[in-house]
Amino acid sequence: MNFDVDKIRGDFPILKKTVNNYPLVYLDNAATTQKPKIVIDKIRHLYSQQNSSIHRGVHWLSEQITENYEEARRAVKEFINARSDHEVIFTSGATGSINAIAFSFGEKFLNHNDEVIVSAMEHHANIVPWQMLCERKGASLKIIPINDKGELVMESLDDMLTSRTRLIALTQVSNSLGTVNPVEEIIEMAHGRDIPVLIDGAQSIQHGIVDVRMMDCDFFVFSGHKIYGPNGIGVLYGKEKWLEELPPYQGGGDMVDTVTFEKTTFNRLPFKFEAGTTNYTGAIALATALNYIEKTGREKIADYESGLHEYAASRLNEIGGIKIYGTAKNKISIISFLIEGIHPYDAGMILDKMGIAVRTGTHCAQPVMDRFEIDGTIRASMAFYNTRSEIDRMVEGIEKVKQMFG
Amino acid sequence: MNIREVQDEIIEEFSIFGEWMDKYNYLIELSNSLPPIDPRYKTNEYLINGCQSKVWLHADLKDNKIIFTADSDAIITKGIVALLIRVMSNRSPGELINTDLYFIDRIGLKQNLSPTRSNGLLAMMKQMKLYAIAFHAKQEKGPA
Repeated sequence: MNFDVDKIRGDFPILKKTVNNYPLVYLDNAATTQKPKIVIDKIRHLYSQQNSSIHRGVHWLSEQITENYEEARRAVKEFINARSDHEVIFTSGATGSINAIAFSFGEKFLNHNDEVIVSAMEHHANIVPWQMLCERKGASLKIIPINDKGELVMESLDDMLTSRTRLIALTQVSNSLGTVNPVEEIIEMAHGRDIPVLIDGAQSIQHGIVDVRMMDCDFFVFSGHKIYGPNGIGVLYGKEKWLEELPPYQGGGDMVDTVTFEKTTFNRLPFKFEAGTTNYTGAIALATALNYIEKTGREKIADYESGLHEYAASRLNEIGGIKIYGTAKNKISIISFLIEGIHPYDAGMILDKMGIAVRTGTHCAQPVMDRFEIDGTIRASMAFYNTRSEIDRMVEGIEKVKQMFG
Repeated sequence: MNIREVQDEIIEEFSIFGEWMDKYNYLIELSNSLPPIDPRYKTNEYLINGCQSKVWLHADLKDNKIIFTADSDAIITKGIVALLIRVMSNRSPGELINTDLYFIDRIGLKQNLSPTRSNGLLAMMKQMKLYAIAFHAKQEKGPA
């Protein structure tokens, strides 16, 4: 396979680190990904050579940075295959994007007794904003259940769609189970009843091709830091017809056309949703990250990660007493598991001592843990810079954990 | 032994461990030595919830001494709980109120107390002091 993982690892400075005297094995990529040098250099360059406020000044610096910022928007548009630049709104992250829609869409379209649908495998970020909205509006939140494999129970969705359903908000990939959801099918079902769909792409954007036009979702959100870009920057994609119709969710500079004390008129898309000085350095550096991913090859990345995932699952299954949570047919490289009789916190502590970074706990998805009647799991989430020998290191670590606590 | 002396004793005990593994094996040993909590107190009422591990803590005042019993669902947490009980239990409320707990830092387990760990230990230490303050206030007021 034309995929040189050693060369790729060389692009990520942090991977050379030692932790507790062991070479770092970073398997917490679903929480955040590491940054290639090219992104880190970009941020340094922006602040040392180009910094200025966007969309404001007539001076040279401001023009330069504004151009870069709008170029970043075009890069995102290309990356997700949106129809036009102004369907791409920069936000603080996936959470910020979901909250924006929960507020803006909710204000305009949600009334008493209406319904919003989410699934039982959502991250808290795709539950709580809707709960808050439903509480404000006297609406209710409906939950698509999941089966023992961690897949959506599709049969139940049909019954859940009613004339009161105003929106479906669904994750494309589960952060705690790794399940890939059949979003196209769900979107088609929903559109058959004129119900718009928001897709949480926080865990999908970094693992393969995301094409919002093919998917036909109405909204798509993701975070920069989970796709090798900076934190504090995210994207809200919305179909133009929706974004035109929705009211702004934050007031401030740049989002206005004219302001008097009597009346303010709002700027056009996308600026109407970008109040205040945005995280322009973040947006530009995110575009650098997307470009890096594109150059590496998104299909190659997906293939490599899928091979690594298979390897990790089979190695884990070789160890006795491991139970994997999330065994859906269609999964990406996230493995949640428990070691029989051992608390995930104990396992995580010992793995950390051996330089292995995994996540333990509920992964901000308590309803998933409740569904499986557990307090938490150990989660290994892999990226394209991880290697089989790192998986072997994790397996060794788990053997050690078993020896200590078993 | 006063609280400082017990803490210094623990620091001394841990100083012999060169390897992190030995330290953690000792914590596992300590977790086994922790006297069990009365099952009546292993309920939500006595639960100090962390998102990583749970701690149950009960306090009773006997002959002007606070008797703490506790448990945790994670073994490493339980080992540290055992150390905290050894330092804090069976002491007068007045003695506990202004205690400076420095031993956890000195035995190299400070990361277990980071708020992001959210394993219930930090909240447990706070709760122990709150018990001390409450019992102390009750004593000052005298029996009703």
